[in-house]
Amino acid sequence: MKSFLSFVKKEFYHIFRDKKTMLILFGIPIAQVLLFGFVITSEIKNVKIAVWDKSNDYITQEITNKITSSGFFELNTIINHQSEIEKTFKKGKVREVIIFEHDFAKKLHKEKKANIQLIADASDANSANMIANYTKGIISNYMIKHNEKIKLPLQIITKERMLYNESLKDVYMFVPGIMAMILMLVSAMMTSISVAREKEMGTMEVILVSPLKPIQILLGKVTPYLALSIINAVIIIALGYFVFQMPIIGSLSLLMSETILFILLALSLGILISTAAANQQVAMFISMFALLLPTILLSGFIFPIENMPLILQWISAIMPPKYYIIILKNIMLKGTGLLFVWKETLILIVMTFFFILLSAKKFKIRLE
Amino acid sequence: MNGTPIISAKNLTKKFGNFVANDNLNFDVYEGEIFGFIGANGAGKTTAVRILCGLSFPTSGAIKIAGFDVYKQTEKIKKQIGYMSQKFSLYDDLTVYENIRFYAKIYGMKTKEIKTKTEDLLNELNFAHARDKKIRDIPLGWKQKLAFSTAIFHNPKIVFLDEPTGGVDPITRRQFWDLIYKASDKGITIFVTTHYMDEAEYCDRVSIMDQGKIVALDTPVNLMKEYHSRNMDDVFIKIAR
Repeated sequence: MKSFLSFVKKEFYHIFRDKKTMLILFGIPIAQVLLFGFVITSEIKNVKIAVWDKSNDYITQEITNKITSSGFFELNTIINHQSEIEKTFKKGKVREVIIFEHDFAKKLHKEKKANIQLIADASDANSANMIANYTKGIISNYMIKHNEKIKLPLQIITKERMLYNESLKDVYMFVPGIMAMILMLVSAMMTSISVAREKEMGTMEVILVSPLKPIQILLGKVTPYLALSIINAVIIIALGYFVFQMPIIGSLSLLMSETILFILLALSLGILISTAAANQQVAMFISMFALLLPTILLSGFIFPIENMPLILQWISAIMPPKYYIIILKNIMLKGTGLLFVWKETLILIVMTFFFILLSAKKFKIRLE
Repeated sequence: MNGTPIISAKNLTKKFGNFVANDNLNFDVYEGEIFGFIGANGAGKTTAVRILCGLSFPTSGAIKIAGFDVYKQTEKIKKQIGYMSQKFSLYDDLTVYENIRFYAKIYGMKTKEIKTKTEDLLNELNFAHARDKKIRDIPLGWKQKLAFSTAIFHNPKIVFLDEPTGGVDPITRRQFWDLIYKASDKGITIFVTTHYMDEAEYCDRVSIMDQGKIVALDTPVNLMKEYHSRNMDDVFIKIAR
């Protein structure tokens, strides 16, 4: 036991004395959360629009006012000619042009029908879609209000409510994803690099010749990173909670238990990688390409899994972060208990055991 | 030689696929001896040392270290031996004392004992001033001496040195061998591999390896007589030809 403790102590020395390691451990997580939270956002807010009002009557003005006073849009340019539309888009600021047809109010009263054309800059497809939808929503709201005085015989009114994320904040999506990503990075990459470094330096041989058992070496490598990863998880949750008001409706202890489970899984993956990697560079590249990229791309962190081609959906089914993110979202946003995430938890447990057994076995083979 | 052998290898063979790295090696090493494994790079020295240390299993053969079987009693063997690899195997980012303490602890030594013994050791090496210096800040020759001192710090019965003097100047090498003699005087058996022939002359007995086989095994004096040579360099050239 004492020899094990001195091993753990030595690992902490390695970590705390290496500025790069410390930066990866604590600098990157904080920077990532803040970056994703503040910079990368697809929320609609103060989007610049241009209006070409061919009719310029009281109704078109009312609608324009409704749109610009919503907080989502900001009137940037008034257009008077067809040729100006493209010019405006090319300048890059304006994301949407709203065109009212001639005699808008007149037609609306006489023919009960008038046309508005929306042209959105779809070089960013997702937000173009959102911008157009928001505009349509404001216009149809106006219509409904307008029609209240006149009783229509049949009316179907849809009212939307965005449950669990009422104001559609991106942070709610990013925090669980970043947690999965960071824990994967810290746990798997750092352990695999630290084992690979010992191989490179030749110290691994000396340790293996010593009376330390392989399992003690493994645990000694893993324990410091387990502790640091837990601290990291707490930092990310705290940042999400205090800086971005990410709610934690469910039980905090369940959240932490699931997190520890995921960390264990990532750690065993790290050991597995280190058995295959002869040096630090290789360990880093395997971690990057085999773990980090799939975590970002295939776990549903950024791109919805349901929209992927079937083959990629199957691949994403074996990505541990996918289940962890589902669990996190359930606990944090919906406040569900273990009863609702037991399936995902079970999958993670099975995966963890599988990787621990596999990496322990591989590690012994290295001994041979 | 008298007494029972502390290392005994009978028909030690190690194959990697079709490649035979160690071909039917037979040798005994006696207690307190400085035993040299000499050969060109790739002759199979390191493979043999790794097997004797328990880092790798032989394909066949009967091997006993300090009376223990390498197949079944590896845990017991580990407590009896020390090992120094070609790469010095100290941690760059730990201080001299932290390195010694770490290795001593994994061999189960007590903190108090470690403290007094470290002081004695550093005084003996005239290195007390560097106790709290990081390994990366001390010269290569010192690293090597420290690595050796660390390998025998827990008082093993046998210490295995795998090309311990690679890339070091002749003077430092000579000083290093002084340390080896001191350890030998204390009764520690030394098993050393090298491809420097001058070092072969420092050994009590040497076994010369060529392409996985032991081609000669005797004291340096006897070998020089047998091959009518003035030094081990000549002996080696005559044998390996």
